[in-house]
Amino acid sequence: MRAETVTIRSDQPRPPATWTWLGSLGMALVLWGLVYSQLIPASEWVVAQLPVDRASHLGEALAFFFYDTPKVILLLTLIVFAMGVVRSYFSPEKTRALLAGRREGLGNISAAGLGVLTPFCSCSAVPLFIGFVSAGVPLGVTFSFLIAAPMVNEVALGLLFGLVGWKVAVTYLGFGLAVAIVAGWVIGRLNLEDWLQDWVKDIHAGGATVIPDERLTLVDRIRLGIEAVKDIVGRVWIWIIAGIAAGALIHGYVPADLMVRIMGADAWWSVPAAVLIGIPMYTNAAGVIPIVEALLGKGAALGTTLAFMMSVIALSLPEMIILRKVLTLRLIAVFVGVVGAGILAVGFLFNMLFH
Amino acid sequence: MKDVKVLGPGCRRCEAVETMVKDAAVKLGIDVKVEKITDYAEIAKFGIASTPGIVVDGKVVHAGGLPRADSLETWLQA
Repeated sequence: MRAETVTIRSDQPRPPATWTWLGSLGMALVLWGLVYSQLIPASEWVVAQLPVDRASHLGEALAFFFYDTPKVILLLTLIVFAMGVVRSYFSPEKTRALLAGRREGLGNISAAGLGVLTPFCSCSAVPLFIGFVSAGVPLGVTFSFLIAAPMVNEVALGLLFGLVGWKVAVTYLGFGLAVAIVAGWVIGRLNLEDWLQDWVKDIHAGGATVIPDERLTLVDRIRLGIEAVKDIVGRVWIWIIAGIAAGALIHGYVPADLMVRIMGADAWWSVPAAVLIGIPMYTNAAGVIPIVEALLGKGAALGTTLAFMMSVIALSLPEMIILRKVLTLRLIAVFVGVVGAGILAVGFLFNMLFH
Repeated sequence: MKDVKVLGPGCRRCEAVETMVKDAAVKLGIDVKVEKITDYAEIAKFGIASTPGIVVDGKVVHAGGLPRADSLETWLQA
């Protein structure tokens, strides 16, 4: 018995359902704006209801917490949604087709840029790596992609933009891409293909498979955006609360001069220390940014703080462990060394520029 | 009988895809043999760059993320 299915094809005129979706989306955005604009008065009101002196350390910490938590979640929702829609136009397979056989240099630049736009799940890291390399994407170019994708992600950028300022966000974007491009290029020039795991070298991959396009309508893309919000915010909200709580403590309790002494621009050793401390730490972009905001607010140098953030995200132990399946320990060491050096350079440069 | 392979190292999403395939088959009344492939070297042979992947009767129909329910039904009915 043949089941009846109704397929809506993209060449037909937009059905009324699309306008309903678009209308609802518009209303949701307006609502978002309204709530966002009321965050300060609302958080102050909440703290005023509590038996706490507003001017005390605890009062400061609580005000920060009640203001930042909804703010971060609101920003996150908007940005993740927008990027979810943008990413529906990209896929690792399409990116691979664009990068295959590219020369290095231009290839590294394209890979870093595409790393930002292509949907990337760290559980796909190994299939992606193998898929890229076996389809003729140069090793260094693949690394540029793998460095940019987790580090310069929309969550980090959007939150930096909303919590710290657009200049810092744009700088993070620029330097993140630069580290990805240069580190990938350097690793490519070292010709370390031999340092891949043996089984990777032995793979007879099926060659780049072209998957027939799943025609996505506008409503599909909006749905994907919503799914991305449920997925990412659902996974990340705990980290955000933990990060904001830590940020609130720093905000309320750490004296400004102590922060300046440890992380201020004059303490040159703070940059390498920040990078080293960041390596074993793992939190995703959302969790670390409230800490970044609090640190900066207390006078920590911008370069040191960004270096810390990049190190936490880009040199993450869990990702190393996943990549260990395809890379030998030597290659991982090179990866950590080159990317670490890039982050160090960013940290120092920034401290100098923004002193 | 349709031969369906679900490619994925074992994360939440690939488990979900396996369930989706089985549920869709039941709903459509189609006989399927579902095989889960978690070995990276085996997955690489299909030439995809993201998981979860879905292969129906030897042809790769999907890679990366969850498939749309109606697309999945189309592939199973093809």
